[in-house]
Amino acid sequence: MFRAHWWRAVATVTRLVGDLELAEEAVQEACATAVVQWRAGGVPENPSAWLAGTARHKALDWRRREARRVEKEEAAVREHRGSRPSPPLGPVADDQLALIFLCCHPALDAAVRVALTLRSVCGLTTAEIAAAFLIPEPTMAQRLVRAKRKIREAGIPFRVPPASALAGRLSTVLRVVYLVFTQGHRASAGDDLVRPELCEEAIRLARALAGLLPEEPEATGLLALLLLVDGRRRGRIDDAGDLVLLEDQDRGRWHQAQIAEGAALVERALRARRPGPYQIQAAIAACHSTAPSAAETDWHEIAGLYRELVRHEPTPVVEANRAVAVAQVEGPAAGLDILDAMGADRRLARWPPFHIARAELLGRLGRDAEAAAAYRAALAMEPPAAERAFIARRLQQLPVTARRPPAGGTSVSAGP
Amino acid sequence: MRYLCLLYVAEDAVPAPGTPEFGAVRDANMAASAAMAGAGVLVDSAPLRPVRSATTIRIRDDETLLTDGPYAELKEQLGGYYLLECANLDDALRWAATIPAARIGSVEVRPVVKVEGRD
Repeated sequence: MFRAHWWRAVATVTRLVGDLELAEEAVQEACATAVVQWRAGGVPENPSAWLAGTARHKALDWRRREARRVEKEEAAVREHRGSRPSPPLGPVADDQLALIFLCCHPALDAAVRVALTLRSVCGLTTAEIAAAFLIPEPTMAQRLVRAKRKIREAGIPFRVPPASALAGRLSTVLRVVYLVFTQGHRASAGDDLVRPELCEEAIRLARALAGLLPEEPEATGLLALLLLVDGRRRGRIDDAGDLVLLEDQDRGRWHQAQIAEGAALVERALRARRPGPYQIQAAIAACHSTAPSAAETDWHEIAGLYRELVRHEPTPVVEANRAVAVAQVEGPAAGLDILDAMGADRRLARWPPFHIARAELLGRLGRDAEAAAAYRAALAMEPPAAERAFIARRLQQLPVTARRPPAGGTSVSAGP
Repeated sequence: MRYLCLLYVAEDAVPAPGTPEFGAVRDANMAASAAMAGAGVLVDSAPLRPVRSATTIRIRDDETLLTDGPYAELKEQLGGYYLLECANLDDALRWAATIPAARIGSVEVRPVVKVEGRD
């Protein structure tokens, strides 16, 4: 019930009291008060403003009490504009942006930006965030406290970055939203393949950002990408909980309205003629998600888009995806050439999808023993259970002679 | 708010005095501090003598222990500082990025605690 108002309330109170940690605690308290008061007196007309106003009083009250206790801190209160007459609740949209730019500030550790955004912007509890990242709750709590302390001590400003810095800072914010989504879409460890609640949070954030920054096509591009990929969620896992390859998915299970919205958004974003990695990825996702069948997928277009994406993001993962697309257009040997040319990259060697892609192409070329070795290399990286089951099934489909591991032998391509 | 920018550079990466490269580094630092002074953010700045001139002092049980050399042997050594007065971390980082040491070594930006009763 309060999630929908959390972002606005925390943002407004942070501006008013000048401290994120204090603002967050105060909004938490205000929510507790609201549970009682709203039940008795009904939900107020503007719940966010009610929460922000109540939280602001609580925060200032705490400050006053604290200051009375210690004489020295009285000066700090004055400095923190606590004694000024109450300012108006103010421009909410700018506050919301300022808050997410604060949580995603590049001076904070990259991993903690995601957690802090989930806490301060989305209003997830520390326990929920800890569960999503598979780390103990006290560890997560400590990380969040440390991040908020750094914001205060280092003087990280609460503001929308000036135009000259906006593009760079926005890409950091979009990256955080994207990571929230991928954390949900493919839990990086453990057995839950999808955490839909994180996917939904990411879409909510992307939608808000696209609305707040209509002039930024990458924000719209990210929203489109998430809608298009998430639209296929129900086809990704079958009733037995097993992962289903894109080409084998039942397209009738896809969320067609969501896919249509994403496809329309990517077209609108691209019309601004300022392409970026999220818009291009969204265009690729649109090719997949709007194809009537796997056989009718426009791989030629996809291979071209990946070539464009490599220019923006020259990473091994993008190149590996390009290889798969090229294999569809020019045949498995062409794709395998690209993959093998980059097999020396150690980061890539630790990425299960790289080995799965190699295995698939090797299998199509009839090089079954090498295909089996590549599948085993992927298995050795302990992917999530559903992926593990998928790889095991593919291994079973290879001829018996190919499935037997060579003497003494794990695959060489698995890396250290 | 004050920020102390600590310049860490591998000493063998610093050109020898008298060479044209040394002159270029000095000029670059002077240009950076002139811009900072012009914007009113520079409180103080100076290069430090090499670590071979450092002496480290520790007092334990009232006994003074002196060590020839720096507090810690690092690949990149503290070689100078800039003390800036900025509105927030973003401004401090923007100025720190103009310090030439950031290109050959690292610049650590640390907020300075305001001590009551002193300016």
